[in-house]
Amino acid sequence: MYTEKVIEHFRHPHHMGKLPDYSAIGKVGNVVCGDVMWLYIKVNKDEKGREVIGDISWETFGCTAAIATSSMVSDIAKGKTLEAAIAITNREVAKELGGLPPVKMHCSALAADALNEAIYAYLTQAGREIPPALARRHERIAEEMSALERRYQAFADKEKTEG
Amino acid sequence: MVSFRAVIDMVKRIYLDNSATTPVAPEVIEAMMPYFSGEYGNASSLHSFGQAARQAVENSRKEIAATLGASPSEIVFTAGATEANNLAIKGLSFAHPEKRHIITSKIEHHAVIHTCGWLEEHGYDVTYLDVDSSGWIDPAAVREAIREDTLLVSIMAGNNEIGTLEPIGEIGAVCREKGILFHTDAVQAYGKVPLSMETIDLLSVSAHKLHGPKGVGFLHVRKGIPFIPLLHGGGHERGRRSGTENVPGIVGMAAAADIAFQEMEATAARLRGYRKRLIAGISSIPGTRLNGHETKFLPHITNFGFQGIEGESLVMRLDEQGIATSTGSACSSPDLEPSHVLLAIGVPLAMAHGSLRISTGRQTTDGEIDTILEVLPRVVEDLRAISPFKVS
Repeated sequence: MYTEKVIEHFRHPHHMGKLPDYSAIGKVGNVVCGDVMWLYIKVNKDEKGREVIGDISWETFGCTAAIATSSMVSDIAKGKTLEAAIAITNREVAKELGGLPPVKMHCSALAADALNEAIYAYLTQAGREIPPALARRHERIAEEMSALERRYQAFADKEKTEG
Repeated sequence: MVSFRAVIDMVKRIYLDNSATTPVAPEVIEAMMPYFSGEYGNASSLHSFGQAARQAVENSRKEIAATLGASPSEIVFTAGATEANNLAIKGLSFAHPEKRHIITSKIEHHAVIHTCGWLEEHGYDVTYLDVDSSGWIDPAAVREAIREDTLLVSIMAGNNEIGTLEPIGEIGAVCREKGILFHTDAVQAYGKVPLSMETIDLLSVSAHKLHGPKGVGFLHVRKGIPFIPLLHGGGHERGRRSGTENVPGIVGMAAAADIAFQEMEATAARLRGYRKRLIAGISSIPGTRLNGHETKFLPHITNFGFQGIEGESLVMRLDEQGIATSTGSACSSPDLEPSHVLLAIGVPLAMAHGSLRISTGRQTTDGEIDTILEVLPRVVEDLRAISPFKVS
């Protein structure tokens, strides 16, 4: 069901763990759906003075696809300018992995979303202007997260009342 | 003929997913072989080819009936247990249209749950009984759920995910007292533990779970219980299931049942020993929990939850190490919800996503249990290291 590339990244994931001196963190997913990803970025300036993703790492609770997409998004984003990193889509992540089974496509969305959220957090912390595309995506992610929260709450309530 | 172990050892892998399916025993293959190309007749034909096939089918029916203390005419061969479950539930419903209520449980196999769900769409009422935190169904709850128009109670003999053995003797007794039919899905229990048929009216079995071939099973139906067939045609199986008999499959199922019943006590004792070792070993890993019953369990199934990691990753990491297991993880299901069985026993969501089922079989060895107990803690540690949820 998985491509060789997915299995390769799952077996030997790149940039896993927590960055000791990260600039910002993006947290997405919810344990209710079995996938949680925390993505850390360290923002540096390159020789032209542009802000780039100098280093990146992640911690993921999830399936094979979630771990492989975490690894892949970190590969794609590392060294990119913030502007270029913002433009990374989940389709690109899935494509670089040689595709994902349809039921696992949400895992690639998770990886690209986590990157988006980390950049959003970085710019917000720095009191900088948020590009409209980034802001729109942040709103969409926040909406999805709160929908999951509500679903999780419903589960938790059910667990409580049932015993 | 190569030995059973030798066949398995040709591939240096460890198979601990015997609740999904089992390797066909060499004795079973040997018993089946003549019926593919030598005695290939259609059991309905008059000539000698046909009669040889008929004899093989009827001998197999006798052998299988004997394992249950049943009469051969009470055995209906099917293409597996999904069909047997469908036949029991729909077949009885069609035969008794005035009765519109069915009682089952929240932890049945999908072949029962989804069959009942389909009947609900067609105007039936279905009661899905709760289970306790070990997956046990209270016979008193069955009694309470029975109504005037209850047709059938369908409760599995042993659960396929967590291995809990249900009190089917007592549940059957309640049904008998109330004059209600009792069906049990015995896919995981048949040939593994003794089953008392005294109060069971219908029972479903699949051959491939007990070292027999895939694509064959049977429904035991007590004499005098009318039901409508699902398959109409040439009137095979006394009109109860049309379709040319799967002669090699039926012969193989009988051979597999024969071995299973002969070796039942010894195999069960050995597999219970493995389960005990697995529980002791896995419990020593922090952040784990046994899913299942402390005393009432199938010998071959052990299910654990692992905090902070997701089940599919765990299964894939073990597979890399050559160890085959399975999970009730949600990640492959379209609605992203974990196994209905784990939710029904109240496993916390985070833990339900990290479940692992280890199911042993006749061919499992001590050394294989040693290996998984050695590999598993490392794999768990490795996955927890990349998880945001740390376990102290």
